[in-house]
Amino acid sequence: MTVKIYVPLDSGSVALGADEVATAIAATAAKRGEDVQIVRNGSFGMYWLEPMVEVETSRGRLAYGPVAVEDVDSLFDAGFLNGSDHKRYLGHTQDIPFLKAQTRLTFQRCGIIDPVSLDDYRANDGLKGLENALKMTSEDIVKAVTDSGLRGRGGAGFPTGIKWNTVRQAPGDQKYIVCNADEGDSGTFADRMIMEGEPFVLIEGMIIAGLATGATKGYVYTRSEYPDAIRIMNEAIEVARANKLLGPKVLGSDYAFDMEVRMGAGAYVCGEETSLLNSMEGKRGVVRAKPPLPALEGFMARPTVVNNVISLCSVPVILEKGAEYYRDFGMGRSRGTIPIQIAGNVKHGGLYETAFGLTLGEIVDQIGGGTASGRPVKAVQVGGPLGAYFPRELFDTPFDYEAFAKADGLIGHAGVVVFDDSVDMMKQARFAMEFCAIESCGKCTPCRIGSTRGTEVVDKIARGEDPEMQKELLADLCETMKFGSLCALGGFTPYPVMSALTHFPDDFRPHALDIAAE
Amino acid sequence: MSATETTEEISVRVGTICDGLAGLEGPLLPILHEVQEEFGFIPEGALQTIAKKLNLSRAEVHGVASFYHDFREEKPGRHVIKICRAEACQSMGADDLSDHAKRKLKVDWSETTSDQNVTLEPVFCLGLCACAPAAMVDGKVIGRVSKDRLDRILSEVES
Repeated sequence: MTVKIYVPLDSGSVALGADEVATAIAATAAKRGEDVQIVRNGSFGMYWLEPMVEVETSRGRLAYGPVAVEDVDSLFDAGFLNGSDHKRYLGHTQDIPFLKAQTRLTFQRCGIIDPVSLDDYRANDGLKGLENALKMTSEDIVKAVTDSGLRGRGGAGFPTGIKWNTVRQAPGDQKYIVCNADEGDSGTFADRMIMEGEPFVLIEGMIIAGLATGATKGYVYTRSEYPDAIRIMNEAIEVARANKLLGPKVLGSDYAFDMEVRMGAGAYVCGEETSLLNSMEGKRGVVRAKPPLPALEGFMARPTVVNNVISLCSVPVILEKGAEYYRDFGMGRSRGTIPIQIAGNVKHGGLYETAFGLTLGEIVDQIGGGTASGRPVKAVQVGGPLGAYFPRELFDTPFDYEAFAKADGLIGHAGVVVFDDSVDMMKQARFAMEFCAIESCGKCTPCRIGSTRGTEVVDKIARGEDPEMQKELLADLCETMKFGSLCALGGFTPYPVMSALTHFPDDFRPHALDIAAE
Repeated sequence: MSATETTEEISVRVGTICDGLAGLEGPLLPILHEVQEEFGFIPEGALQTIAKKLNLSRAEVHGVASFYHDFREEKPGRHVIKICRAEACQSMGADDLSDHAKRKLKVDWSETTSDQNVTLEPVFCLGLCACAPAAMVDGKVIGRVSKDRLDRILSEVES
């Protein structure tokens, strides 16, 4: 009988050797005359166990990891095709504590299915949300999303239903759904993972958004740094077309929707929705002043929904199980689940989807298991390069949009980057300014010039040139950038800079910064 | 591409790319990507052809091509090594790794070794933040890159 073996195709897993492991398993099986079928699935997001190989046995799916090419022979010797014990044996995949403790609504099939098999997707309750939506009016779909409390998962946390309603009511014979998959924040990889591991849920979410707003065309704008995600999304779109999920008659209805993938070109600012729209139109990715809102004048000056990947991927489950089901997870005004990405210097790095409300300390110390280096945690940056650095003293902050804002931070796209005590916070503050200078679109002065001046001011502090005065100047500069910039790039750069200065003042004493030669 | 290719020959090849993609809504970025795929960079001579095909000025096309980090004006080395410089990778020693690569290759960021073999580029996040530090070698992603691992990669691309 053919034994099914799962080896992830997720680029995180591939980066750790999954392709070589898959090849070795196939070769070894052939040599030993074993009948195996290798399925390349998505990742469950437990990167310290990747590449994680699973075997389908009569007892269910059993996991082994992290598997290196050198382990393959001994796995066969030990009889892993029957689920036998081995030093890499992890037990039932779903019982691995890190996975078992999660609430996976958005990522429910990621890792389980073959990403480009629509049959697998359907067999695991895929398309149920869309089937329900096809029986509803656009008004009712928008109402369900509004009632669910879903907010943008890209950073700003704007209520998704309200945005959809604006587009639904906007006049226009052509409307668009644009999926912002320009996941440029360090520490974030949820978009990449779900596009590589479960692309149909994004396609389904985009079709539902189209139904709700009257849009018939969708675009996924993603990054050139994600070649694997682009390849898999394109493959899934072709499968969807071949199966009439996309096209002039979606699932046999009178409704038309089609979509394509667009690739960015290495500009971080294009993750900002108006820069993204300019970039899609073939212009320089500079920000647009708002108003007009993209909901009214977006892509090609037509009404456009711009949503993050995870927002759109959360929609199918809301339409499948109802607004209340989703809303009942979470705390305060932060409803539903959030895929937290635990990264950097951390023992158990990976994706952890759960309801809002865990404290930062629980995420870092308990779930993440502390640092990979074994040294004490010094700082945690939440929300990407524009997010604040949190010291241990703020570890009781609950993961909730409002609570983070109250602590002068932001959740952003929910990336959590852990640093041990070897980090130099003045260097991190300098990097934030430098990054802003490199990536500024140049349209507004506070961002374009403020970031370069900011880098210089930090260098003066490091050299001991009137440091106290320079610190005041830095704070003043940050204030100007925060309130004078057109978009979040200049406006949020003060978060990492000021949080470093406020919480780690000892690092802002004059000392040589170990800066890589520019 | 042969070193002796004339502007006219470049123009023909770029024109074919434009004709294939001009029907897209907002075709300029896809065209630039494909031109770079074809030539390895955006040849100076391509700008005028693209401008003509899309009814834009040459300056507008140049303005777009020069805005984005991905588009190169010069042919890169035979191998392109990108090292992530973003925070998650920094927390795991990416700065040391970058310095090591620069020293070994005797280049700075965005430069090509004198034998035209390797171009070293910075990248800000490959989405491999849970297996940092990360790099990309000729489009292939690599996680948890140590100095030893980087040395092995360098000797592989040099052989």
